[in-house]
Parts: sequence; C-alpha cells; structure tokens
Amino acid sequence: MGRKLLLDKAHIEGIRYYDVYRKNGGYAAAEKALKSMSPDLVTEEVKKSGLRGRGGAGFPTGLKWSFLAKPEGVPRYLVCNADESEPGTFKDRYLMEFIPHLLIEGLLISSFALGANRTYIYIRGEYAWIPDILEEAIAEAHKNGWLGKNIQGTGFDLDIYVQRGAGAYICGEETALIESLEGKRGNPRIKPPFPAVKGLWQCPTVVNNVETLAAVVPIINIGGDEYAKYGTGKSTGTKLISACGNLNKPGVYEIDMSISVEEFIYSDEYCGGIPNGKRLKACIPGGSSVPILPANLLLKTAKGEQRMMTYESLNDGGFATGSMMGSGGFIVLDEDQCVVRHTMSLARFYHHESCGQCSPCREGTGWMKKVLLNIENGKGKESDIDLLWDIQRRIEGNTICPLGDAAAWPVAAAIRHFRDEFEWHVRHPEEAVKRNFGLAHYADPLPVAAPAAAV
Amino acid sequence: MAVQFSEEKLNKVKEIIARYPEGKQKSALIPVLHLAQESFGGWLSAETMDYVASLLQIDPIEVYEVATFYSMYNLKPVGKYLFEVCHTGPCMVSGSDNIIEYIKERLGINVGETTADGLFTLKTVECLGACGYAPMMQLGKFYKEHLTKARVDEIIAECRAKAN
Ligand SMILES: Cc1cc2nc3c(=O)[nH]c(=O)nc-3n(C[C@H](O)[C@H](O)[C@H](O)COP(=O)(O)O)c2cc1C
Ligand code: FES
Repeated sequence: MGRKLLLDKAHIEGIRYYDVYRKNGGYAAAEKALKSMSPDLVTEEVKKSGLRGRGGAGFPTGLKWSFLAKPEGVPRYLVCNADESEPGTFKDRYLMEFIPHLLIEGLLISSFALGANRTYIYIRGEYAWIPDILEEAIAEAHKNGWLGKNIQGTGFDLDIYVQRGAGAYICGEETALIESLEGKRGNPRIKPPFPAVKGLWQCPTVVNNVETLAAVVPIINIGGDEYAKYGTGKSTGTKLISACGNLNKPGVYEIDMSISVEEFIYSDEYCGGIPNGKRLKACIPGGSSVPILPANLLLKTAKGEQRMMTYESLNDGGFATGSMMGSGGFIVLDEDQCVVRHTMSLARFYHHESCGQCSPCREGTGWMKKVLLNIENGKGKESDIDLLWDIQRRIEGNTICPLGDAAAWPVAAAIRHFRDEFEWHVRHPEEAVKRNFGLAHYADPLPVAAPAAAV
Repeated sequence: MAVQFSEEKLNKVKEIIARYPEGKQKSALIPVLHLAQESFGGWLSAETMDYVASLLQIDPIEVYEVATFYSMYNLKPVGKYLFEVCHTGPCMVSGSDNIIEYIKERLGINVGETTADGLFTLKTVECLGACGYAPMMQLGKFYKEHLTKARVDEIIAECRAKAN
C-alpha cells in the first residue's frame, strides 16, 4: 500500500465533523504551529518539505510565501483557489467534501505563517453544495476556538469566508480569481505587479490551491524533512490524482510520488486497468492543458526508461516526447477513442472559456475549434493540419495569461503525436465519420536510440 | 412582480457584505446575483440586475458586465428544471454524447431549448469537475452522476412528479 498523508483518515466515519476530526489527531498541527512556532519557522518547514503548488504550475510553496510583501499597516490576504475547472481534475472537491477540516486547519496554519487575518476560499460556483459543508466546518472551528479572535489564547485572529464563483474556468488563474473576488469579470491582470505585492484590493496576497494548503498540515505534523522523504527527488510528498476516462476504477487517488505510470493505470490498488479488455491508446496525464501522449510514450520515456508519476519523469523529454504533472487530472483514452474528436472537444472548451481580452486567444481558440470540427465531420483539407499548427503557434506566448498556452498545447501535442490520425481523417472523410482510426501503431514499442559508443 | 428580496434574504445580503472590508461591498456582487437568480425565477432580468446594483450601491453597468461574463447566470427565462449536461473530453469518452441524444429524444427538444410546458431546459456545459463519475449533469444545486438511459428516465419522472 502506498503511504498517505492527506486522505489517510478520509474513510473514517464522521471525519467531516469537528469532534471526529479532532479525536483523530486533527488540529494538532495548528496547535503546534500557533503555540510553539513563529510564522517564519512555519514557512521554513514548508520550504524544507519541498512542497510544490498542486494547482498546476508546481511552483515551490515556501518560496512563494517568502515573496509576500509585508509593508507596515497594510493587510495581507491568503486566498485558497478552489476553482477546480481544468477538465479531468476533481481532486479538490473530494478533499473539501470528505475532510473539510483538513483544509480549514491548513488555512489556519498558512494564514498564521503569512500574517493574514482574513482568508477567502474561492470555490467554483457549480460546486453549489460544498460551501455548506465548508461553512459548517468553519462554524465548528469557531465554536472550538480555532477561528475568530485570539485563537487558543495566542493573540492571532483569523476569519475564513467562502466565496462562490459563477462559472468561468479563467477564474482559476490567480489574477482573474482576484478580479472575480473583487466583484468583477474574470479578466486576468498584467503581471507585474504580482499578487504577492499587489493582489486582492491592491494588498499583498498569496493564492494557493486547496491541496497545497491541506498538505501544510502533515508538513507541520511530521516536519518538513520527514515530508520530503516521501516521493522522489524534487517531487516530494504525496499527490492527489483524479483519474478518469476509460478506466475500471476512475476516482481520486493519493499517490506517493514513487510509483510508475503503468502501476497507476493497471494495478488494482489504483485504477485497475482498462475496461472490456481494451487497450490503452493515449493519455493526458495532468489535466486538459498538458500534452497528450500515445500509449508507448506514456509508459516509457523516449530513452526507454519506465515513466514515473513524478513532476520530473512526466516531463522527461520536454514537450517533444513528454508531458506534465499539471493539476493531476489523469485522462485515459482506450483504443476506441478518436483523438481528433477529443481534441475538438478541448478546443471547444478553451474557446468557451477564453475571457476575450487578448485577440490571439479569443480568435485563435474559435478558429481551432472550427477547423477541428470540419476535420471531425469529414470536411477537412490536408492543409488544415498545418493551419492548426500555425494557429496554435501564434497563440502560445502571445497572451496576458497562460490560458492561451493551455489552449495551444493540447492541439500541438495531438498533431505532434497523432498526425497519422488527422491525415486519415482528411484523406478518408467518408470512412472517418463512420468509424474511428483505432489503436493503430500508438502502443507499439518505440525504437530506443542506442547510447553513443564511447570514442 | 416587483423585484424585492424578503426580509430574510436582505439579512443574508448584509451578512455577505460583512465578509469584506469596509467599502468593498462590490465583492458581494457574485454571491448576491446567485441569491437573486434563485429568488426571482431562475434568471436575471434587467430589473433584477438594477435592483442588485441599487442594493450594493454600484452602477447597473457594473452588474451587467458581470452577469454577462459568468456562464451560470441565465439572461433569459429557463425551464423549472435545467439539465446542464457536461460534454467536455472526459465525459465525452465516457458516453455523454449518447446521454445528450437520449435526453433530446425524451424531452423532444434540442440543446438550448425549453419544453412547451416550461418544465425542462436542456443545456450542454463544459467540465463540471465530476469527470470520474461521468456521464453527468448539474440539476439545480446538485450533480447527477453515472448517468444511464434508465437513470435519465428516473430523473425526468422525479421532476415531473415534483412539479405536479
Ligand atoms: C487558465 C488557468 C486556470 C487555472 N485554474 C486553476 C484552478 O482551477 N485551481 C488552481 O488551484 N489553480 C489554477 N490555476 C493556477 C493558478 O493560477 C495558480 O498558479 C495556483 O492557484 C497557485 O497555487 P499553487 O501554487 O498552490 O498551485 C490556473 C491557471 C490558469 C492559467
Ligand atoms: S469532463 Fe465532464 S465533468 Fe469533467
């Protein structure tokens, strides 16, 4: 069994409630931090742990906290990013629904470290029933002296509020989230200034993902050094993976970042393989924005090594032959799935979600959707494939926020690795509307370049 | 119907405004629009938006800007039961296309339409964060997951029963 740090107690009956959570060791980390550590010492532990942001970018959390500006007399804010809208990602929801006090405790410790007295959880509007769960947990924490004024007699004050969004993927981007929290459209801001200097209401602000903030609890409990012993290399600790698509056991899994991709997909402890005896065709391992990989490159790197569920291994080979850990949204496609159609659905998603500020993203995403729909509907031309490549190149890097990149990468990777399938669609339009290209050669072992002989 | 929150809802608005520092009541806009949509027939009319503007002491245009940006706000009337079926990649590979076709057939409407009796509206939406429990849809406050044709039949029947 893999070791767990976040969901180890999630199965306990009633863990959603304060009494059960407390009886099972809950708020011990908060007690330790507030009563025996200084805010800087908490940040030091988080640095030592090697924790990297779980929202998608993987930025070191302790380092991010140390950038927070601390001008005299200006409030500082912590905002918890629970927008969770990247297709394939549903892990934060699990954590908030089943073990909400873990997040509240994480927010308390993190707010203490950052010197924030007012903290917001920004949750996607569609998760309409979860604010009730969080607000109940907040009320319980208040009643037991873990929130409000002079917490546990330490002199530290904190209030936590839940803010619902209203349907906009872009509000997961931290500056769009801040705009939304100020009651505006979710248009990302130009950086700099970064939120650490000018964020919510122009005050210094840290935005962190739900899972990141929950992970602070075990870090304080066991210490940063101990936490860093989990995982591999710079991928320390555990990671929540939300697995979906063609799998026997889709769901949320906490993994110790030391297992292989193959084990994650096929072992009974995790996803239990692919249903109906089908074969694996492709996978998007880190949420819809990261590159799709064909089965052969997913399970083994271009160097022929076993690919592992770590930030480094998933990225091995860069975008040419690798992908990314991203948000941990693991999307599996079996041999019956059409990569063109799947890519079209993602292009449609990004077109729908573009905020419209930057022309390359606003226009380019719509254009990609249209061209992909044509190819999918048997009306594509050979030149459309190069056109798609050209459009995505012109979006990438040319927008205020990374949504443009996030829209470009899935299209680029699909063409890079599945060009045959696109060509088949445009060359055999009548057949392509009736059946799928199938597995083709996408699971065949790849030739591995022999290491250069020593001269 | 004059647009006016009940005493209880007005207290809720006050409670929401109190979550933010002095003078930052504009931050209450998104939560208050949710409350308004729930209270005034499931959509936001110009009258409703103007009312929200007056409550928060902001310009009506600031409300329109926000209401038109976020996909959860309905700017036209919708049926009593709004079926919002996810059609993004992960749901698609798990069979959402068939579910959408089936709902169309059962209700006799296309995506974006409302049944003549005003009971049902069908919409397709983008990923709702339930990809592992696909196919799925949002129905009011909650999700309906692991949809099958039989499950769709049950949901439609439950809605009809509740409406009567
Ligand atoms: C288009 C877009 C959508 C994003 N959506 C989310 C999201 O839903 N949840 C999240 O935690 N981070 C999201 N991010 C990343 C945030 O901008 C930010 O990096 C993150 O919240 C930082 O937290 P972390 O360091 O704890 O990961 C998104 C970024 C972009 C560009
Ligand atoms: S793709 Fe449908 S819920 Fe995520």
